[in-house]
Amino acid sequence: MAKIGFLEAIRQAQFEELQRDTNVFLMGEDVRCNVFGTTTGFVEAFGERRVRDTPISEAGFVGAAAGASMVGMRPIVDLTIATFVYPAMDQICSIIAKSRYLYGGQATLPLVLRTCMFYGNSNAAQHSDRPYPMFMGMPGLKIIVPSNPADMKGLLKSAIRDDNPVLSFEDGTLWSSKSEVPDDDDFLIPLGTADIKREGTDVSVIAVGGSVPLALDAAETLSKEGVSVEVVDPRTLVPLDTATILASVAKTGRALTVDPAHQSCSAASEISATIVEQAFDSLKAPVIRVTTPDTHLPFSPPVERPLYPSAERIVAAVRKVMN
Amino acid sequence: MENERLEFFRRMVRIRRFESHAEACHGKGEIPGSLHTATGQEAEIVGSCMALRADDYMVGNHRSHGHPIAKGAATNPLMAELFGRSTGVCGGKGGSMHLSDFSVGSLGETSIVGSGVPVAVGAGLGAHLQGSDRVSLCFFGDGATNEGAFHEGMNLAAIWNLPVIFLCENNLYGVSTPASEVISVKDIAERGAAYSMKSEIVDGQDVEAVFSVVSAAVERARSGNGPTLVEAKTYRFAEHAANMGRVLLDRGTELDEWLQRDPIELYRAKLLGDGVTAEELAEIEAGVEQEILDALEFARSSPYPDQAEAFTDVFTEPVSLPDWLAQ
Repeated sequence: MAKIGFLEAIRQAQFEELQRDTNVFLMGEDVRCNVFGTTTGFVEAFGERRVRDTPISEAGFVGAAAGASMVGMRPIVDLTIATFVYPAMDQICSIIAKSRYLYGGQATLPLVLRTCMFYGNSNAAQHSDRPYPMFMGMPGLKIIVPSNPADMKGLLKSAIRDDNPVLSFEDGTLWSSKSEVPDDDDFLIPLGTADIKREGTDVSVIAVGGSVPLALDAAETLSKEGVSVEVVDPRTLVPLDTATILASVAKTGRALTVDPAHQSCSAASEISATIVEQAFDSLKAPVIRVTTPDTHLPFSPPVERPLYPSAERIVAAVRKVMN
Repeated sequence: MENERLEFFRRMVRIRRFESHAEACHGKGEIPGSLHTATGQEAEIVGSCMALRADDYMVGNHRSHGHPIAKGAATNPLMAELFGRSTGVCGGKGGSMHLSDFSVGSLGETSIVGSGVPVAVGAGLGAHLQGSDRVSLCFFGDGATNEGAFHEGMNLAAIWNLPVIFLCENNLYGVSTPASEVISVKDIAERGAAYSMKSEIVDGQDVEAVFSVVSAAVERARSGNGPTLVEAKTYRFAEHAANMGRVLLDRGTELDEWLQRDPIELYRAKLLGDGVTAEELAEIEAGVEQEILDALEFARSSPYPDQAEAFTDVFTEPVSLPDWLAQ
């Protein structure tokens, strides 16, 4: 067990899987020069064939990853910033999500598209998206949104070994976080398993990605007021572990969903709807969403920051459902 | 080429008969959805695919019944797919625009124009990384060369020197729009120069010419000398889509002129001139006709998929059925 950071977790996951399986290769913009510290020592270890810098051609190299995966390779594509998936949207939605289905199961696409959600840093509207919800509406894509280094490593390793396309949305607000990670080359967290990050009895806070540590802070504050908060981290949005979420709500009778994405059709909205449909009888209060409101993210720091979920907004929402 | 000559003829006829029967069935409502035929383009399809080995890769497009046929796919599962039956090559999930037969290297057809280009480049990248000498052939039309995906794929294949053959089926129209109005170059082959890629123009009505040009491109790719752009000049005899109506421009005498260059009739004349007998060709045509009639019978007598099949192949693992279906 060693304490490592979020980016180091990504580096270790990729390194170990490249070492484990020669069909795994990594490509993306500036991966050789290791911009974010997730490819330290990769070229020396694996060579430039398997650690490939691409031109700035997202549709081209994301589509090439699809083709390579269809003939037996297992590409990891580093798209750097989450909004850079948009130029590759057709390849993701028409090819990657649908090829296995359209061809009646003849195609297998074991590939991972990695992106960092780079928000809260004055990068303005075009660089600050948390776009995973729009892919939840596209069958055929698995989605991971890890909330700490251990989950990041275990989920990414599972994603690389998975035989389906997986989108990894990595929350930039977590880059400085650290956690204990097992020293085990086969440390895997199965996709589709939620994690109870803190047990409680009064209210379930189902939080996504970077909002998980905020929910844990809020839970700590509320415990001093005598409110016992359970924090549930879905970790994987597709497939979504609804059983763990519903069991938590059945126990507490109250639910909050927290999500850094824009509110409309967010993961928070989907999870709320599932709770209302399937656990209505347990609910003692309405389900509240704590999300980013449906406006763009402005450049100016004091105007940008209050738009995202915060521990304070979560505390306020919990107080509301407790009354 | 001596050995391939009768097979060129057989496969061109097979595509023609497959599509003419399919179009009739579509008109009768037996085949649902849309159906895009490549009548008139059979020579470039067959000449290209037969330049490949069985284990080479091929990516098609929306007008693509002929590509898997030319690559050697069996016609029964292809026809059953058009009918939406469970015995279809894609289990009834893909239909006319998404045929594929991975057993013969047909990696699928994509109905978003140009979207197959990066996929074919990726198959070439996979072959390169695996150290195999397989090559990847990508079919696309004139219209696709205005898509970003085409240009990004061309550039990637060029900078990485990948074993890819870009085969542009220039049939002169995108639905109704003349290619000459919307493409900045006179010949699409000129677009290769932008990527320092070897380019060739070939008469798409001449199956042997296409076979020769593509064979040279395949040899270049297989021996590590990189990609080639081949522009086959051809013509689509039919409307953009079968039974679509109302979109055919008045092409004046153009269609009649191209009908004089029907690739099957041109090749029939050549073979007869070279000493093949009319009886031999008639026998091939009768054999193909029977094969397609058998394929129609196979398709018609095959069941539709179970409703639950709509939920398979989303992932490699099953997805859950909705309550209304599970009950």
